Amino acid sequence: MKNEEILEKLKQKHPQAVLGAADRFGYLEIQIAGASIAEVVKTLRDDPEFAFNMLIDLVSIDYSATQGWTGERFALAYLFKSLTLGHRLQLKVTVAEDEPVVPTISEFYANANWLEREAYDQMGVRFARHPNLKRLLNHHEFVGHPLRKDYPITKRQWLSANESLMDEMDVRLKAKGYQ
Amino acid sequence: MNGIDPKTLLPDTGGENSAAGLDSSRHKDRKDLVFVNLGPSHPATHGCLRALCALDGETIVAAVTEMGYLHRGFEKDCEVHTFQQVIPYTDRLNYVLAIMNNVGYCKAVERMLGITIPDRAMYLRVITCELNRIIDHLVCAGANLVDLGALTNFWYSFNAREKVYNILEKLCGARLTSSYTRLGGLSRDAHPSFADEVRAVLKEVKKSVGEVNNLISKNRIFLDRTQGVCVISKERALSYGWTGPTLRACGMDYDLRKAEPYYHYDDFKFEVPVGTQGDTYDRIFVRLYEIEESANIIEQALKKLPKGPVMTDDKRVALPPKQETYGNIEGLMNHFKIIMHGICPEPGEIYDFTEAANGELGFYIVADGSKNPYRVKCRPPCLMNYAAFHEMIEGGMVSDAVANLGSINIIAGELDR
Amino acid sequence: MGMTGEGFPAVTTRRDAVVAWGQKNSLWPMPFGTACCAIEFMGVAASVFDISRFGAELVRFSPRQADLLLVAGTVTFKQAPILRQIYEQMCEPKWVISMGVCASAGGFYNNYCTVQGIDQVVPWTSIFPAVRPGPKPSWRRS
Repeated sequence: MKNEEILEKLKQKHPQAVLGAADRFGYLEIQIAGASIAEVVKTLRDDPEFAFNMLIDLVSIDYSATQGWTGERFALAYLFKSLTLGHRLQLKVTVAEDEPVVPTISEFYANANWLEREAYDQMGVRFARHPNLKRLLNHHEFVGHPLRKDYPITKRQWLSANESLMDEMDVRLKAKGYQ
Repeated sequence: MNGIDPKTLLPDTGGENSAAGLDSSRHKDRKDLVFVNLGPSHPATHGCLRALCALDGETIVAAVTEMGYLHRGFEKDCEVHTFQQVIPYTDRLNYVLAIMNNVGYCKAVERMLGITIPDRAMYLRVITCELNRIIDHLVCAGANLVDLGALTNFWYSFNAREKVYNILEKLCGARLTSSYTRLGGLSRDAHPSFADEVRAVLKEVKKSVGEVNNLISKNRIFLDRTQGVCVISKERALSYGWTGPTLRACGMDYDLRKAEPYYHYDDFKFEVPVGTQGDTYDRIFVRLYEIEESANIIEQALKKLPKGPVMTDDKRVALPPKQETYGNIEGLMNHFKIIMHGICPEPGEIYDFTEAANGELGFYIVADGSKNPYRVKCRPPCLMNYAAFHEMIEGGMVSDAVANLGSINIIAGELDR
Repeated sequence: MGMTGEGFPAVTTRRDAVVAWGQKNSLWPMPFGTACCAIEFMGVAASVFDISRFGAELVRFSPRQADLLLVAGTVTFKQAPILRQIYEQMCEPKWVISMGVCASAGGFYNNYCTVQGIDQVVPWTSIFPAVRPGPKPSWRRS
């Protein structure tokens, strides 16, 4: 499907959710209201006309240091690709600084779990109803979110001991039937 | 047991040794499990990865993975360096295929600047990328087979790899982390004997791959340890966002060089090897066949390699020749502008991707009009592979987990960035 | 063998003496490979460069059996407690080599997550200061 058709189709399906669109060097970007991201993503994955069966990446951006920026501080870009139909799409969601919470999409794509954990770790955006919102790249004693523009690049934090990971293991074992 | 009900052999008191205790639904007791950490410093973890496994005997019943042990702040470092200075950092993402990372990053920034690089630079990028793909697959297959106990293959594949590195060293002055590309082209042109040397090395590579193939393809131990081991379904692999050889091993015919070609890849004739089962065996063999296809591509590219410059003449990114810099004021100003003020793309955002040896390597770059990138996000193909790791090894043996880890080719530098 | 300067943790010696000493004692290295340098350590051990000529081919992956810890690659804060633990598990006498500038001083990763030199974690005795030294310096400088 062509970019304009995707946009039209998505507007028909979710008239309230679509806020705008932009062309990023041939890559269609559709701005979506943060609260409705989960249902939009569900449509994109399940509707055979979209068939976005792959979540390529999740990018978190802190816009606070750009000149003359007046919108919300954070944004998330969800990149999708359909292997059956060959088209690509990017959804953009803005996130407010005082309450940086977005619904999770980890139930729709298996890799969203880690990608959202990374966005939480690096940028401090939280994902509502995420099954395991822990840090991914930085250690568990780390304070702050390093990719925020106000985090100094040389602010180093030592780690005393590594995690045992038993909290995650307990969940996993319960799912397997071990008490 | 000749019709004797095993339950009658022992009085069923519900105790530990009772026959009912053998029933799988009642046997799930945490006291029977042993918890073992694979990694973070383990010879088979290929970098710093960690998997906490709950073992029942030697079977992994549950696994939890952790990453981030090599998180070196690539993305934050990009924000305080200029667009050109980021190139050496990209070398160290996936350090086995440094030039591919250079190309992936430069291609994104060049598209942002609206620059088309000369044809010769494109062909040389293709050749060096495919040489890197060969190196990556040789290292991956060699190291993976060491994990399976087949050390000889490691020597065979590393001999060929050293010879490829000799060419790259002659071409760009460095072996591993070469920073060969520049925004707008390449750092230097190929030397006159380049084509002949590459052709000679390709013969060596094919010979090595043939030797490895002979050693393993009919080896009973190898087949038993890899076939049907750590299988992942096509649907699951897609949901995890797998790309590249690991996805193709699951039976998806998907290669960005074919699906969304760049740098004249549509002019080359090559096959995309595809597996059927999605097991460790398929993943190893897809890589081995890809080496041969890469060699084909290189031979075709060498034949077509056009003459001409390897750097664009766009004044925004290309340094003027030295005689211009020292000879006239325009050249000097131009040099000064690029060095002191840097290369400043217009404000905007771009996502661009290439087919690296592990899958889709993407760069999401945000520019704000200054000489430093405002935000760089790398899409590492390894991360998607490793996210599925715990699911693949559950139910298998510890030794299968190790074999599987090699076959999905996790490179920590790229995984953790 | 002599010390260079007051308080500066360095020793000078002749290369031949060190090589002969290494060959005589046949050090068993444990590679603590984290990053790019670890790939080059594979090259050091593989057939072309062949570290076994210097009696150090028996790579041990257990710290209890090794007497030379080869830290190859960047060490992050998340990794630092593990490096310390592995060093403490080694038996005396033990030596540490920091391979490459990332392990020696953080290299060009001067940021929030990278340890600026493993001397903050373990006492090292020898460094290869180049960025990703490659197999050649590993035996030329030793």
